[in-house]
Amino acid sequence: MRDKQIEDLKDYKYGFSTDIESFKAPKGLNEDVIRFISNIKKEPDWLLQWRLKAFERLKVLKEPNWQKPKYPKIDYQDLYYYSAPKSFKEKPKNLEDLDPKLLETYKKLGIPLQEQKRLNGIAVDAVFDSVSVATTFKDTLTEKGIIFCSISEAIQKHPDLVKKYLGSVIPITDHFFATLNSAVFTDGSFVYIPPNVKCPMELSTYFRINASDTGQFERTLIIADKGSYVSYLEGCTAPMRDENQLHAANVELIALDDAEIKYSTVQNWYPGDKDGKGGIYNFVTKRGLCKGKNSKISWTQVETGSAITWKYPSCILKGDNSIGEFYSIAITNNHQKADTGTKMIHLGKNTKSKIISKGISAGKSDMTYRGLVDISKNASNSTNYTQCDSLLMGNKCGAHTVPYIKNKNSNSNIAHEATTSKISEDQLHYCQQRGLNQEEAVGLIVNGFCKEVLQQLPMEFAVEAQKLVGISLEGSVG
Amino acid sequence: MEQKLKTDFDKFISTSNFSNQEIKLKKEALDNFLKNGFPNRKLENWKFSDINQIIQKNIGELAFYNDYNVENEINDDIFIKEIEHNKIVIVNGKVERLSFEYEEKDKINLSTLDNFNQNSNDDNSLLSLNNSFSNKIHNILVKKNYSFKKPLIIYQITNEKVSNTNINFQLNFELEENSSIKIINLSDDNSEKNFINNLFNFNLGKNSILKNYKIDKKSNTNIKYDYSSIIQKENSISETFIFSSGSHYIKNEVNCNLEGKYSSAFINGIHLLSKNKHHEIRTRTNHLYENTKSYQLIKSVINDSSKSVYQGKIYVDSKAQKTDGYQLSKALLLNEQAEFNAKPELEIYADDVKCSHGSASGSLDNNSIFYLMSRGLNQTTAKELLINGFLLDVVEKITDDEIKKLLKNMIGLN
Repeated sequence: MRDKQIEDLKDYKYGFSTDIESFKAPKGLNEDVIRFISNIKKEPDWLLQWRLKAFERLKVLKEPNWQKPKYPKIDYQDLYYYSAPKSFKEKPKNLEDLDPKLLETYKKLGIPLQEQKRLNGIAVDAVFDSVSVATTFKDTLTEKGIIFCSISEAIQKHPDLVKKYLGSVIPITDHFFATLNSAVFTDGSFVYIPPNVKCPMELSTYFRINASDTGQFERTLIIADKGSYVSYLEGCTAPMRDENQLHAANVELIALDDAEIKYSTVQNWYPGDKDGKGGIYNFVTKRGLCKGKNSKISWTQVETGSAITWKYPSCILKGDNSIGEFYSIAITNNHQKADTGTKMIHLGKNTKSKIISKGISAGKSDMTYRGLVDISKNASNSTNYTQCDSLLMGNKCGAHTVPYIKNKNSNSNIAHEATTSKISEDQLHYCQQRGLNQEEAVGLIVNGFCKEVLQQLPMEFAVEAQKLVGISLEGSVG
Repeated sequence: MEQKLKTDFDKFISTSNFSNQEIKLKKEALDNFLKNGFPNRKLENWKFSDINQIIQKNIGELAFYNDYNVENEINDDIFIKEIEHNKIVIVNGKVERLSFEYEEKDKINLSTLDNFNQNSNDDNSLLSLNNSFSNKIHNILVKKNYSFKKPLIIYQITNEKVSNTNINFQLNFELEENSSIKIINLSDDNSEKNFINNLFNFNLGKNSILKNYKIDKKSNTNIKYDYSSIIQKENSISETFIFSSGSHYIKNEVNCNLEGKYSSAFINGIHLLSKNKHHEIRTRTNHLYENTKSYQLIKSVINDSSKSVYQGKIYVDSKAQKTDGYQLSKALLLNEQAEFNAKPELEIYADDVKCSHGSASGSLDNNSIFYLMSRGLNQTTAKELLINGFLLDVVEKITDDEIKKLLKNMIGLN
């Protein structure tokens, strides 16, 4: 059986991946599959045991069902938990084979032709491959002592770091999807910034060699040692095609004393068609731990894709004087659904957190901001400021705000504000009077609405994200 | 508990004279309660206040049988002297006196209901409990174009005869077109460790006005759940004021359905808590029609190791364009052990709306204290002044001047 599979995969000779990855695990979720994954990745025994422990836990856990967007039941036994990237045979041959809508979007975003091919897994001429860019990139990082590689590589080369921090923020006993990820995660990114190093460039998965096809159970671990700084970008503005429907990634951030991590996401997975068929379920667990004094973690997200987005990038503010920030734009159109927000858990003294969330819903979509601010007894002099604004376009969509506020400390202050409204006729009229058409006018106003968040993004990302915001709302006006 | 419920229910039915229809409905309600039991923290609405646990911890075993045949004496001293008023006196869940001496008799219709609204809400089994064990439900109907001349004060008394008992009480109000009524609901608890479960239904016709002021001031160890359902037609106005301070635990729930255009609902509340009290206000305003308005202002002053919870939801149906909804909750934490939890929620399906909410919690502003002290006040007085000012904001929202004055005196805010 396996011989046959290997035979099939021989087509894959141009491979930009290594040979080990050419195997495919049988369907289903069981101990054998987990052993298979661990074995194929030549993982040390402790990690296998760790995975198995997570799997034991998974058996008693139930899928949560308190979220607003409901989805059809997922048959976990009917999924492949390990599969090699698709061979070129199955992939589209050239751009003409793709959805013309997709191409139109690329054009609007100004994505070069070669990039468009790369994004869709079309074989790219080696000259144009960004591998060379990445290599120069790697040299600069190595010089500074920064480790930036895939998590599988890190497990082999830096087992001490992985062993120490993996699961320290999202334990294997966490909720269903996080635990599922712990049991079967395949690959992801690993970043370690040594003490007092300021990472000279924005790190991005996009530039990591072998970054494509990390699969649906991605695991990212970022450690910023004392006094260091890193800015990490995830995703990209261009729409991504993906075969897997369920995405349950785990992202763990750890900031030690005086360290700062800035994590930016632009998520634009396939949202399904106009009638709400298909599309990705994006159920991601993202959590940052401000472990040391004066540390800071900042999440910025622009969520425009996926059929269902369900995630709460959170900060645990454990170190005294630590700071957590969350900036979010979530846009839903057509039949998309989003239930997203953040958790700020204040444990240390003088901790500060800030939440700015902008939700825009159009078409028949449904958007929920759900957030928790929890100031514990010992977190004196802590402050939180939350602002969540929603914009509605049309009366077939929904916008909801569900904040949970818990204050157990009398020296701490929490302020929360939320508004829901539509684009004012006056503003539209004003813009149109000055010669903008309706769509341009809406784009302009929406960008103004999102400005506070957009300006948190790294420069080149921000420009693209701004365009993306406009494009996501196309066809929603009128 | 199940056995106790069943035997107490049988005893209750056999000692009362309900019609067969009523008994059938009551049985159904009981079955529904038996199915769900007391709400606990697993239910979203009870996340911050697990009433099942609170009853277990503070009362233990509850008795559900309540003898409505006993006559209770009423001490006239408890009546408010400052203003002339109509009275409903309820002792241990039994209506002992209904007096509408200041009103025109033919403009009011008093009756008891044979049928009750079977609120088989799975999320709220306490309504089922109320339906199964409450006595005959009185209905007060205010006829077309009639406005109450004097306020109605509902005295809700418990005496030392009951303890470790569940008391269920239900009252209905119907306001016909163009009518109005002012109600003060005053709790006077002389009992300990009971679980009191109240349900008030208000049906507001076109152009009618309801003003409802609920006062719980007297310190006691009872556990209370108080649910008001307000259904509003065109142009009607409801004003609800909650002062919650005395009982050990209260959850005040107000559910407003704005069904007619230009109807509006105002809910204002105060939590003034000390010791280890645990109070909650939950409001839900459902905007179901165009051009409706709602406003909620809730303020909490939390001392010692007490806990205040506010859950507020503004729901806007896709039909309810031009909704105006506003909600604000503020809390002052005066002690290290104090706790404030809030969940201000918006659920909106219409685009042409103006909805916002705000929530703030923290300690007294040190600069303000400093300012007052620099003008010669000592620290305690300075703090008191600031707290009074903080709460007065809510009391000033009361639209009836006579009642506002009375309540200010009663609460001790001037």
